Order: sequence, then structure tokens, then C-alpha cells
Amino acid sequence: MRSLFRLSGEGEGFVPPSSNDFELPPVFGDNAFTTKPIILIFLSVILVSIFFLLSSRKAAVVPSKLQFAGESIYSFVRNDLGRDIIGHEFMRFVPYLFTLFTFVLTNNIFGIVPFLQFPTMSRVSFPYVLAVFTFVVFHYVGIRKQGIVKYLKDIMFMPGVPKPVYILLTPIELATFFLVRPLTLSLRLFANMFAGHLLLLVFILGGEHLFQGVLGLKLISPFAFAFGIGLTFFEFMVQCLQAYIFTLLTALYIAGALADEH
Amino acid sequence: MEGTLNLVGYGLSAIGPAIATGMIFAAYISGVARQPEARSVLQPIAFLGFALAEALALFGLVLAFVL
Repeated sequence: MRSLFRLSGEGEGFVPPSSNDFELPPVFGDNAFTTKPIILIFLSVILVSIFFLLSSRKAAVVPSKLQFAGESIYSFVRNDLGRDIIGHEFMRFVPYLFTLFTFVLTNNIFGIVPFLQFPTMSRVSFPYVLAVFTFVVFHYVGIRKQGIVKYLKDIMFMPGVPKPVYILLTPIELATFFLVRPLTLSLRLFANMFAGHLLLLVFILGGEHLFQGVLGLKLISPFAFAFGIGLTFFEFMVQCLQAYIFTLLTALYIAGALADEH
Repeated sequence: MEGTLNLVGYGLSAIGPAIATGMIFAAYISGVARQPEARSVLQPIAFLGFALAEALALFGLVLAFVL
């Protein structure tokens, strides 16, 4: 079976990219805190801060291009994610949603920025921490708003359901609120970034490997590279979409915790 | 070729959530097409349903790696 995949006449066969490609060595010496994802995550904080400080520094009635760009992103988060979903109390949550959106978006887009080319969120620990933040925020908001007894009662015993159904419904609802929601929120982001990066690796490394083969294979390799470029644009779309979905679901969970009845 | 049957199983198990996600957004799109002003009402419902359906696919992904 292996011989089928040995494309270059001699030498070793093509080694497909795997999850090992995500475990990068430290950049500076042996310091385990200077791996590429950690550096990228600090870089993203710096980049986002600088961009929004610059774009809001000289706020004018007739906005400059930079101010317009910054304000479009802000108003998108505030209006489409905050106001339309959370409702009249939305202003309290806009700072959190906005930070979350820009942070996740920047870190995702690192996946296709030349020379960086590593989506930070493809290391699962980063999405876990973000999901813990959201988990704490929406439960805290719900408990503050309704009191812990009523909040838990609304989760466990959904009103308007026949009593015997609670045997099934209560465990499902409890698992949904305390396990499934934070877990899927983080895993969705992680899985998309992981799969996307792996996909790009397959096409680019595959194209490179084909290029080292015999003449016929050299002719095929540009198609692999072209596909890789096309998929990069697809990845850009997925990265924006995942940042949007992460923020949207956070807003939805907050809205659900704020609502009087579920 | 390397890999385990887990990945084949994950591929099969992803069919269900894939169809479910398609149906959810098909219903959402036709709902908005029939009544554009219902968009803001339908959007949270559609995305909650989508999140739930995709949760099943993600469980499959986790199990494919864990088992």
C-alpha cells in the first residue's frame, strides 16, 4: 500500500501533515513560555490595542479612513450582536463581546498572514479559556438577574412541560447548560482552526512534494499550489465566520440567561 | 497509509449533523425569504439549533481522537 504513495522515485515517501505539526518548539532557547502560539497571542493583544487606539485617537465628525474602519467593526458588534440579540440591556455586554470578537478574529487570521501562518486557536487550551470566560459570564449574569434558586429551577424544570417528561428533560438540560455549551463553544473554534490549518498544510506540502518528483508530477504541482491559494481564501472566510459564531453564541447565551422564561 | 477506523467512523457520524445543519439553514433561509422582517426573531433560533446539531458532530470528533 505504501508504495502507491511513494511519488518521488527514490528517497522517502510523502509524510502527511498530522497533529504533530501543531506542537512547535520554543522560539528562544529552552523557555517553554516562548512557543509560537504564546508569542502570537501577545502579538494579537498588541495589534488590536494599537489599531483601536489609533482609530479612535482623533475622533472627528467626518471620520478618517482608519476611524471609519474601527467604527464599522465596533458598530457591527454593538448593533448586530449586542442590540439585536441581547435586547435593551445590551450596553453592559458590548465591551466583552467586542473584545472577544476582535481577539478571536485577529488570532484566527494569523493562520493566513504570511510568515506568521499559525492560527493560535488551533491549540485547544486557548479556546478553553475563552469558553470558561463566557461560561462564567452568562451564569453570573443569570444568577444576578433571577437569583440562584429561580435560575436553576428554570434550567432544570422548564415550565409548560408535562411532569413525567422531566425525568428525561432535566438531565439533558443540566448537561446542556453546564457541560455541552462551554465544551462545544471551545471545540467548535478549535476544530475549525485545526482542520483549516491541516488542510492548507496538505495542499502546500503536497504541492512541494510533487514538485520534487519526476517531470509528470512537476507539471501537476502548480494545481496543488493553486488549490492551496484558493483554500486560503476559503480559510479567511471560515476564520471570520468562526469569530462571528463564537461571539454570536456568547451573546445568545447571555440573552438566554437574562430572559425571564426560557 | 496510516490512520485508524475511528476516522472512518467519524466521517460516517458527521453525515447526520451535516444534514441537520443543512436543514436548519434551509428552513431559516426560506423563513426569511417569505417574511424578511422575521429575520431578527429567526436568527437566534437558527443559530441555537445549528450549535446543537454541530455539538453532535464535535462529540464525534472528540471520540474519534479519544477512543
